[in-house]
Amino acid sequence: MIEIINLCKSFNGHQVLKNLNLTIKKGQTQVIIGRSGCGKSVLLKHIVGLLKPDLGQVIIDNQDITQVSDKELNQLRLRMGLLFQGAALFDSLSVGENVGFILREHTQVDEVTINKKVKESLELVGLKGIEELMPSELSGGMKKRVGLARAICARPDIILYGEPTTGVDPIMADGINTLIRQLHDKLQVTSIAVTHDMVSAYKISDQISMLYDGRIVESGTPEKIKNSQDPIVRQFISGAAHGPITE
Amino acid sequence: MNTEIKEYLSRLGKRFLDFIYYVGGIGLLGIRTVFWLFVPPLKRQQVFSQMTKIGLNSLFIVFLCSLFTGIVLVFQSAYQLQKLGAERFVAHLVALSMCRELGPVFTALVLAGRAGASISAELGTMRVTEQIDALETMATNPIKYLVVPRFLALVVMLPLLTIYANFIGIFGGYIVAIRKLGLTSTIYINSTFEALALKDIFSGLFKSLVFGVIICCVSCYQGLNAEGGAEGVGKATTLAVVISFILIIAADCLFTAFFYFV
Repeated sequence: MIEIINLCKSFNGHQVLKNLNLTIKKGQTQVIIGRSGCGKSVLLKHIVGLLKPDLGQVIIDNQDITQVSDKELNQLRLRMGLLFQGAALFDSLSVGENVGFILREHTQVDEVTINKKVKESLELVGLKGIEELMPSELSGGMKKRVGLARAICARPDIILYGEPTTGVDPIMADGINTLIRQLHDKLQVTSIAVTHDMVSAYKISDQISMLYDGRIVESGTPEKIKNSQDPIVRQFISGAAHGPITE
Repeated sequence: MNTEIKEYLSRLGKRFLDFIYYVGGIGLLGIRTVFWLFVPPLKRQQVFSQMTKIGLNSLFIVFLCSLFTGIVLVFQSAYQLQKLGAERFVAHLVALSMCRELGPVFTALVLAGRAGASISAELGTMRVTEQIDALETMATNPIKYLVVPRFLALVVMLPLLTIYANFIGIFGGYIVAIRKLGLTSTIYINSTFEALALKDIFSGLFKSLVFGVIICCVSCYQGLNAEGGAEGVGKATTLAVVISFILIIAADCLFTAFFYFV
């Protein structure tokens, strides 16, 4: 279980997260929606310990990751996979080396097994035989899928997705949504996705939370969010140019 | 008036604090790098790859710079020494200048411009495209993975390149001295060996080791702290080169004075 308690974070005097509270149950797919720049990625970075909060706690399986040592934090990180918004593939490594990075760095697994797992992970995201290519030779959508293959290669318990469908065509986006759903069903992983793509949010989520002005303004099942009466949530999910968010 | 003074002092104080923060950051990076250097495993393949990039690929540019430096040194010193009828001492001057001063400093400046800029731009790009965040989320320390191989490559390759630069510089001087000043090969070579003591060579090599540490710490620090996209990477790269140049010259000044008295 992941619990975020009273999380506060400011950058240069601007408070991005204000006493944010959120609980994500084990095996659940939690989607966090909100406008660009509202702090969704900042929240993800707190969950993987890339950012330290000004105040508050991030508790993963009874361990407060804001208080643990670097070694303990790294142990926790090995149980997580993060898909970055821009994929963040290592330019100097080939696709195969990118995907198998965590296995090569942190396990004693032999090269044959690693190559097999790399191949499996790439096939899971619909890519075959591209292990030798360099990231610069891939299209935006392919980079995203390779990033996803890298995130799932070590079979983590928790997968975090930063805008998983941004920058890919609608058909590919649907493929990624299906894949996220399949990973959840097959591997029973806990997933957290941040997105502003409502099609994706409805398709992959068990629970959706709307982040606005540094706080979670509403949480619930996709059905509950669809029928929300909150004007902020209504404006966001309908994509209206006028409303309480833009006023 | 009072407010203006306050504002001025506040700005001055902020600049001073920024400077302390910057110097402290570079120092801390250096200390962390040395710490991670001794934490196994060492990424040998990456160290060799960096040595090739930094050292082997700089051979030609170091060759040109040292050759021309040696040639210019002979012409400039011969211009003065001819008046005293002491052309023979041209070889002394070239050997000592190259080994104690110009070899280490010019090689370091060339590497700061070539390798330092490349390190800063590469790490800066990795920072702004979240590749360094990706490393951290995969439980990999960026200093261990990125800085240590570059550090080792620089502190090994810079002294080696300096030895190479010394030879080439002396060789450049030798060609001009033989062809244009009428010195014999034996006189030039004997004078070179006569002039050089081990201390001269080692003081130069020690300096180049320090310059290697400076280039690595400054370039990596700038790269790892780059922000703001392509513009930020450009700024970090420029600063890495400029600050490395200044620190190399400052350190050279300090160590030259030190070795003069010791």
